[in-house]
Amino acid sequence: MALEKHVFGGIDIPGNTDIKVYEEHGGYKNWKNVLQNKMQPEEVIEVVKASGLRGRGGAGFPTGLKWSFVPKGTDKPKFLLCNADESEPGTFKDREILEKDPHQLIEGMAIAAYAFGAQTAYVYLRGEFVKGWKMVEAAIAQAREAGYLGENIFGSGFNLEMYTHRGAGAYICGEETALIESLEGKRGMPRIKPPFPAVEGFYRNPTVVNNVETLAAVPKIIENGAEWYRQWGTEKSPGTKLWSVCGHVERPGVYEVPLGYPMKKFFEEDLGGCWKGRKLKAVIPGGSSVFTMTPDEFLACDMDYESIVEHGSMLGSGGMIIMDETTCMVEMAQVIATFYHHESCGQCTPCREGTGWVHKMITDIEAGQPQPGVKDLLFDVMDEMFGTTICPLSDSIVMPIKSMMEKFPEEFDYYIREGKSMITGKTRMAHKRIDDKPNVYRRGEPFNYPKAENFTTSFDTVAHETPEHEMPDLRYFRKVNG
Amino acid sequence: MAYQLSPENQERVQQISKRYPHARSGILPALHIVMAESGWVSKDACDHVAELLSVPKIYVYEALTFYTYFPQKPVGKYHVQVCHGISCNLRGSEDTIRYLKEKHGLKEGEVTEDGLFCLDRVECLGACGNAPMMQVNDDYFEDLTEEKIDELFDGWRKAAGNGHK
Repeated sequence: MALEKHVFGGIDIPGNTDIKVYEEHGGYKNWKNVLQNKMQPEEVIEVVKASGLRGRGGAGFPTGLKWSFVPKGTDKPKFLLCNADESEPGTFKDREILEKDPHQLIEGMAIAAYAFGAQTAYVYLRGEFVKGWKMVEAAIAQAREAGYLGENIFGSGFNLEMYTHRGAGAYICGEETALIESLEGKRGMPRIKPPFPAVEGFYRNPTVVNNVETLAAVPKIIENGAEWYRQWGTEKSPGTKLWSVCGHVERPGVYEVPLGYPMKKFFEEDLGGCWKGRKLKAVIPGGSSVFTMTPDEFLACDMDYESIVEHGSMLGSGGMIIMDETTCMVEMAQVIATFYHHESCGQCTPCREGTGWVHKMITDIEAGQPQPGVKDLLFDVMDEMFGTTICPLSDSIVMPIKSMMEKFPEEFDYYIREGKSMITGKTRMAHKRIDDKPNVYRRGEPFNYPKAENFTTSFDTVAHETPEHEMPDLRYFRKVNG
Repeated sequence: MAYQLSPENQERVQQISKRYPHARSGILPALHIVMAESGWVSKDACDHVAELLSVPKIYVYEALTFYTYFPQKPVGKYHVQVCHGISCNLRGSEDTIRYLKEKHGLKEGEVTEDGLFCLDRVECLGACGNAPMMQVNDDYFEDLTEEKIDELFDGWRKAAGNGHK
């Protein structure tokens, strides 16, 4: 492999899940340094800010800035949550860190917790990652035994407790406020923001949620400084990023790539192009939730946040899905629709209903029984779904599917007209329409929403009365760091 | 008889719930423990968890029915969950599912007569680079081929003392 791992080299060190091996390679040195040389929390935040590290879960929000939003001088306990709920289709980069280099994550979490004063940290892993969970559990136990976690770490007076928490198969819990809800034992339904978690998060206390990759990058940045990290990447997207590549590609896998690296070079030289010598047809570059790209757009862009947007998609989580010329785009749209329909939490109407409609309509097409005018209606429904919900799940089904329909219209038209795929020549869905009765959707009249000033109470004035049995007991958590 | 976790596991649930400001956070960990002990989660088990954590029962039902990871009915000894997400689909997960059904007699959502296997389709399991893949109980099996599947199933059948029919 031509690409070298600069920040996540630990993944390739055999036995690095063991604390001894990790320490031999300089592990926990930075955490020790921060505490023993009395690096101030503000300094840590400044370094991370200067490095330009951005959230690697998908949103790309500057990490240092996120930490600095946590209010100072509050008597509320603060929490750090590590988002290891990696569920975005096409994304499998965090798993690599969890299973092969958990100590770097723990060290990063410790430094992050110190930076904004969190006393308790949780790693929220998706339930299916049993191996990763065991690795992180074991690593936390080792770190505690070695004195890197616990009370009064290295005599600095700083306390930090760290726990794992397993999710249970809900994609939506990767959204930060849904993750918080889930950690509170509730259904993972995203919250309306503001208030942002930094102010009111876990049990209404200041909380920072960061992705695994983001946190795991922190120790190296603290060790080598912001300038070192900035030697890679572009002005606006500094550093390196883990990309997970899958689908019809010669060498799928996880790659650490400097941001701004030319996509063409990456695809042709490092990935070896499409498998079986076939031609490239389409790519979804950032996990299944972003716009589909044509080969021209894809090969012209650079691998950073801005360039990919310029070329019509988004970097997202860096989960690249490659499709070759044998791929039927209608089938892909159906598979994607199935996923989002299944994973909608059901809170907002446009998403709950919309994902169902889109799924039904595309499945009808795939069964060779589309209703008249299905294409217009699909666009119509998707327009209603975009930007009208609390979280971006609704947008996430619209972006890939709408762009597929726009960029490969002939395939959709053919399937609707002929009742079979233009590519495979087959009708994929053997069954009848899902409901077994004619699907007729009505186009709704525009709805006049009541104006906010007509409400007798605004949401701001409603007092949040927490029933007795729901009152969190914060005594212990408050005590931890005085 | 009402469902009860083993005394050690009851103790574990209590301990884990203390890691959080409120016992409600202990619901998912408790359900994971129930699942590890009995393979699935019944309504009785939910009541038991609610009692252990001193939270209203509805909180536990709510979690159970929202999170798809917990089976709400008994599963086979080997719970086969094949990913049918986009990345696995591109690399032939539909063929894998067909093969499991035709060659090994698995049925979606049903336990085989010998009680050994049951098959479910699941959404992306985050192992797209090694598609097609499946999760069987706690373990991932990746880069599946027909030979690999045969080998695995033969092994499981043997382990169950059942032989290949």
